[in-house]
Amino acid sequence: MDNDITALQVLFTETYYWITIVMMFLIHVGFCTYEVGVSRRKNHLHTLVKNTMVIPVVGVTFYLFGWWLYSAMVNGPGITGGLVPAPFAEPWNELMGTHMGGAPNGTDITAADTALWARLNGVFWGAFLLFSWTTASIISGSIIERVRSGAFWLIAVMVGSGTWIIDASWGWHPSGWMVQLLGYHDAYASGVVHAIAGGTALAVLINLGPRIGKFRPDGTPRNIAPHNPWLVCVGLFLIYTGFWGFYAACNIPIYDVQPGDGVFWSATNIYLQPTTLSAITFNFIMALCGGLMAGYIVSKGDAYWTYSGGLAGIIAASAGNDLYHPIQALLIAAIIVVIIYKMHFWVERRFKIDDAVGAVAVHGYAGFLGVCAAGFVLWGYPASPDALLGHAEPWARITPWGQFAGAMIMFWVLGFIPGYALSWLLKKFDLLRVPREVELVGLDYLNHAELMRDDEEVRNAVLQEARAARPAR
Amino acid sequence: MNTGSFSDWSGAMFDLGPLYPFVGWETAMVILLAVFWIGWHVIQMRGEGRQWEEESRKLREGDNLQKAVQSEHNPERV
Repeated sequence: MDNDITALQVLFTETYYWITIVMMFLIHVGFCTYEVGVSRRKNHLHTLVKNTMVIPVVGVTFYLFGWWLYSAMVNGPGITGGLVPAPFAEPWNELMGTHMGGAPNGTDITAADTALWARLNGVFWGAFLLFSWTTASIISGSIIERVRSGAFWLIAVMVGSGTWIIDASWGWHPSGWMVQLLGYHDAYASGVVHAIAGGTALAVLINLGPRIGKFRPDGTPRNIAPHNPWLVCVGLFLIYTGFWGFYAACNIPIYDVQPGDGVFWSATNIYLQPTTLSAITFNFIMALCGGLMAGYIVSKGDAYWTYSGGLAGIIAASAGNDLYHPIQALLIAAIIVVIIYKMHFWVERRFKIDDAVGAVAVHGYAGFLGVCAAGFVLWGYPASPDALLGHAEPWARITPWGQFAGAMIMFWVLGFIPGYALSWLLKKFDLLRVPREVELVGLDYLNHAELMRDDEEVRNAVLQEARAARPAR
Repeated sequence: MNTGSFSDWSGAMFDLGPLYPFVGWETAMVILLAVFWIGWHVIQMRGEGRQWEEESRKLREGDNLQKAVQSEHNPERV
């Protein structure tokens, strides 16, 4: 903050990220809204509180260890090096609190650290935390109406402050080992947020089992209709809106991208590679258009799948939306939406998977396929700004096999396997699913019955008061 | 008494570091937060387990389950 340019750069970046956090909050509002819309009336409050409490349980743990993992796990550790020191992200560090950027009190950070991180640490932490909530919320919707809240919140901590942020460190960091060795490129998180959440959701669904009544005795699925299709669609609209903030938060708004001498200010993607906000505006909207149009056609105009198609379209194009042509973004979105729609119903029939909101398809399959599509369309592109980071030997370029390996790591290695292990453990201790009787009457039954009882008592008390106040004749 | 590491805004801004009170107690606060977090999960899971067990036991008695499903208190009365 010792000269005008540095001050402007830091203050602008701080403000920019702060605004993205506010915008991304809408994603959580949207997830809560559409989950409640999908759930039956007997499960509303449970569904709402279950997802709302992702905010504190992931928030606290992301403060304790999630943020540190992002900077510390870049090398694996053990693949391209050891743990990377990240003192600014340790929860006991002075930079994890209100700070003006002056010289540090301790010895583990330098004056340069405090000058840089004092105004950026909190907003970066916040933006990544909002990604964490999104990742956990994706799982929340698919398992509604029968999961125990406590079990889901443990899964949310594992994903929101553990597995997803490790995958971000590996494949969504300029120096991540997947970026260096595989040429993994996933600019707007097709894999690092969506595929991993989809993989985890699938694993939990297998251990959790379907809702009572979802499948007929012959194994064919029944529709459990959303109680309020309007609310579902409004929720998805809110998610679209919050998704703008998500895209913005995947960018650094102002950065000198010129290697060597000279200065060239630009916005960059998460890897510090140059891009423009203009580019992502083109591609976000065109991918949304492709997804909506394909979703409408393939679902024969079904409102839920038309909206979900729009969301899946954006997710499908997100891996390469920093570089795609808008028409490429649209086509990738449209093709993948048709595939994931078919896959959702095939998996439901074949494996009796009851995914209440189609999250495994919309996020998991679309994210996985989106990462793979980027491998073909961006074949040979640099995956990282290796020259800018001062590496003489160039790191791997984007390839179809590098992207496929990356998608497998996201969906299966960091998504499915830990999700299966934890939900299996919870099931073993009978902590995963509510009792059958409770599921039958609805998870809000007690709450609702108590409210009705109190309501009746209050009405009687009012009547009694009114009679007592009547003047004697 | 001063819980902070500065007492006015008249000094050089470049010298200002942490603004929060009780600088030096960060590790203790982190331990407190960790205990609060783990304690919360333990209390929540025990409470939830007890609640579902109790409700489930009541519903299994007699024809309570059928009554509950058909009750006026159930928003999705069958």
